[in-house]
Amino acid sequence: MATKKNKETFEELFRRLEETVTKLEEGGLPLERSLALYEEGMTLARRCQEMLDAAEVRIRQLRETLAAPAEPEEVEEEIPWDDAES
Amino acid sequence: MEVYSVSRITTYLRELLETDPHLADIWVSGEVSNLTRSTAGHLYFTLKDSESQLRCVFFRGATLQRDLASMVESGAQVVAHGRISLYEVRGDLQFYVDFVQPEGVGELAMEFERLKARLEQEGLFEQSRKRPLPPFPERIGVVTSPTGAVFHDICAILARRWPLAEIVLAPSAVQGIEAVRGIVAGIAALNEEPDMDVIIVARGGGSMEELWAFNEEAVARAIYASHAPFVSAVGHETDYTIADYVADVRAPTPSTAAELVAPDRRTVATTIVARRAALSTAARLCLDEGVGCLRGALGRMEHCAPPIDRDRQRVDDVLRLAGTMIDAAFARSREHVGGFRLQLRSLHPQATLARGYALVEKDGVAVRRVRDVKSGDALDVRVSDGGFAARVEPKSSARRRGSRPSQETQPPLFTSDGA
Repeated sequence: MATKKNKETFEELFRRLEETVTKLEEGGLPLERSLALYEEGMTLARRCQEMLDAAEVRIRQLRETLAAPAEPEEVEEEIPWDDAES
Repeated sequence: MEVYSVSRITTYLRELLETDPHLADIWVSGEVSNLTRSTAGHLYFTLKDSESQLRCVFFRGATLQRDLASMVESGAQVVAHGRISLYEVRGDLQFYVDFVQPEGVGELAMEFERLKARLEQEGLFEQSRKRPLPPFPERIGVVTSPTGAVFHDICAILARRWPLAEIVLAPSAVQGIEAVRGIVAGIAALNEEPDMDVIIVARGGGSMEELWAFNEEAVARAIYASHAPFVSAVGHETDYTIADYVADVRAPTPSTAAELVAPDRRTVATTIVARRAALSTAARLCLDEGVGCLRGALGRMEHCAPPIDRDRQRVDDVLRLAGTMIDAAFARSREHVGGFRLQLRSLHPQATLARGYALVEKDGVAVRRVRDVKSGDALDVRVSDGGFAARVEPKSSARRRGSRPSQETQPPLFTSDGA
């Protein structure tokens, strides 16, 4: 199972974007460093935006857990979803 | 016949009463009378109806019920919860009350209030342990019915607002006898999932009986035990359940829960645009600052720069001087070359011949002395404009040296034999 530890999450990217903005706004950095931060921030912003644009909600259902409180094994069941945009 | 001591009898009776499960957890209704309050804060009273009386004791600390004092008034009709036992010291049958409700409240409402008071006392509702919801959830667990409109609504809202999330459904009945086990198992199963950012337990509106599963202690404890932050979304806005009190966040409705757990991506997109603008502004400021510094530095450099123009002129002067010197050197060289040429020209034999001398050769070798020839030798004579042949005459060898003879007396040195 893919865990979010393996990939960059939106939260992580967004947090880094905020940090970059703060650092750059605080100023007092050498010009070269400022420009590097600017580039980095712009890249982060673009990647965040791409993630937002590309995202499609995924829906998964665990196996019926109703009467099986002990070991609810799961099935990777894709639920058809045609109502994503409204 | 066996004779028992009083103590044995009372102990036996107490144990008999205390082993009866019905008497251990019982609701009794009646009118409050003979109310006394001990210095320690305990309440003693009698519950009675038209036919009987029951001695009651309410120990301080048995419940957190704050409005107890106002409720337990002489003459008040109440419903009390507790256990029946025997006070052996007096041999009195006593009702150990832990919860009191005014008469007329429904059974479920009484149970609700009692559990609520108990769990509150235990600390399950502590505000200090409420966790914040993650700002950008990646995985959202939902415990609800797989068939109802609730799950569909939650998915629709999340698909529109925050499609970055994965929704994991733990299907469960949300009313009826299977509901409590299903909900508890669902919460546990979702907590087994890795990286579950938030869990919603949801159910649409219904009567108190239909929502009752969410007032069960087992559900409350499952929510309390959840590692993932928890949102309860049960019934309508006016419905409060125990689950609502235990959860980190209470959503008034399931749809609201979907809006609470995730941001709207359009809002986030706007924020990103704003951050880009902030980056540009800040970078522009840094650049301007840098350019300003550069300007200042250039200005200072101009002030302290060495007098370049003066040096430039000096260089010009030097170059000019060098040019003159080179020209002079060339001129001198040319003169030298001219002199050499004249010298060379004077050395050429043709020049000598032109001046009236002749070159005499015998067998291709220049004749330099008289003894180089003897009488009868054929000679080649070259003059300025050509040459002719000659022969040596047998004549006075005495005249080889001495003064120059006069033209009349001296015989010709060479006689032409017609060249």
